[in-house]
Amino acid sequence: MIPQIEIVPPRSRLGIKPGSISMADFLQRIAERGDVEAFRKLFQSYAPRVKSYMMRQGADANTAEELTQETMMTVWRKASLYSVEKGSATTWIYTIARNLRIDRLRKEIAWVALPEGYDQQESPDALPDVVMSEQERKKRVQEALAVLPADQLEVVSLSYIDGLSHSEIADRLGLPLGTVKSRMRLAYQKVRELVEDLK
Amino acid sequence: MKITHHPQPESLMSCSAGSMPEAFAAIMSSHMALCPECRKDLALMEDIGVALFDKIDATPVLGDAPVMALRASEADRGDTDDGQTRAAVTTGGVPRPLVDVIGGDLEAITWKHIGPGVWQHVIPLSDAPRGELRLIKVAPGRALPEHGHTGSELTLVLKGAYRDETGHYRPGDVADISGDISHQPIADPAEGCVCLIATEGRLKFKSIMARIMQPFAGI
Repeated sequence: MIPQIEIVPPRSRLGIKPGSISMADFLQRIAERGDVEAFRKLFQSYAPRVKSYMMRQGADANTAEELTQETMMTVWRKASLYSVEKGSATTWIYTIARNLRIDRLRKEIAWVALPEGYDQQESPDALPDVVMSEQERKKRVQEALAVLPADQLEVVSLSYIDGLSHSEIADRLGLPLGTVKSRMRLAYQKVRELVEDLK
Repeated sequence: MKITHHPQPESLMSCSAGSMPEAFAAIMSSHMALCPECRKDLALMEDIGVALFDKIDATPVLGDAPVMALRASEADRGDTDDGQTRAAVTTGGVPRPLVDVIGGDLEAITWKHIGPGVWQHVIPLSDAPRGELRLIKVAPGRALPEHGHTGSELTLVLKGAYRDETGHYRPGDVADISGDISHQPIADPAEGCVCLIATEGRLKFKSIMARIMQPFAGI
């Protein structure tokens, strides 16, 4: 029997089941035809988390509310730059929120740009079945984070959610800078092992 | 460009979290413009941020979706310049992300002489930065006195090369140094070296520079 080789189009690579409407679909609809209803759906799903994120990053409730509105407006305005190859809708919205937070709360330049479909073209040899679905990878990352030792998860969370630099984490926890760095490195190695295990 | 020295994973993580002091983020961004390997790692690091963001508790939002504002902003849509189509480095040797802050030509930089064979150009950052960013130019063959570090320091080679106990650094390479490392960089004997250096804390850098300059000043 001849093995069936299926070329996996990007959409199924993202783990989106045919027929189900995903957040990425809503984003695509905004990109293609400025679909206001799709935007409402995205807003309902993401705005409350964006607001929490902004508050954890040090914004008061009013500022967080404003930044949430602004984040979602940016999602609308930049939707034409989005494509499924650039990752899930969550990745896209998280990145916009992160950069807006750097710009508004820290009043600094957000040096790291929006996702650009990181080098999928770098591995033309990868067979379709070894290209991990983004859904699957996301699940693995969640699982890896769930089993991290508490002290490692703490520094990772302070970095990503509370927006603290290595030195600020060291000050907050009363630890040497080197300890903060090595805990983060260990956490990354663990996540990486579990994600790469899937290949 | 063959890159052999990369930033440490914890630096990439902090960068993907958007939590780095601006001076450091500027270096990471410039390195990543040149380094596909680190861009790929950054994607996984971003997944960590997304996973944590996904699990965050929801806070009720008071306002509705800004539909009226959307309609008014219709004109903004269609902006597709994501900056990716332009070259990673200008013909003047400047990584693309830096062009806005130092211009596109390394030859056109205004240098301040700070000691025999050493020049610097401080790059202004946003208000209240948590670090400093500067270009340092070192004359061919010039050795800096051995020095240690008390905080984090990131160095990106832009032109020429240097060598120290930890290796040979060429354009695109990053030296990601923390606390316990002591080294004595020597600029390439033929080309010298131009580096972009981020340091955390004004005083820390000044004390390092003071130590570097001591032998020249005869103190």
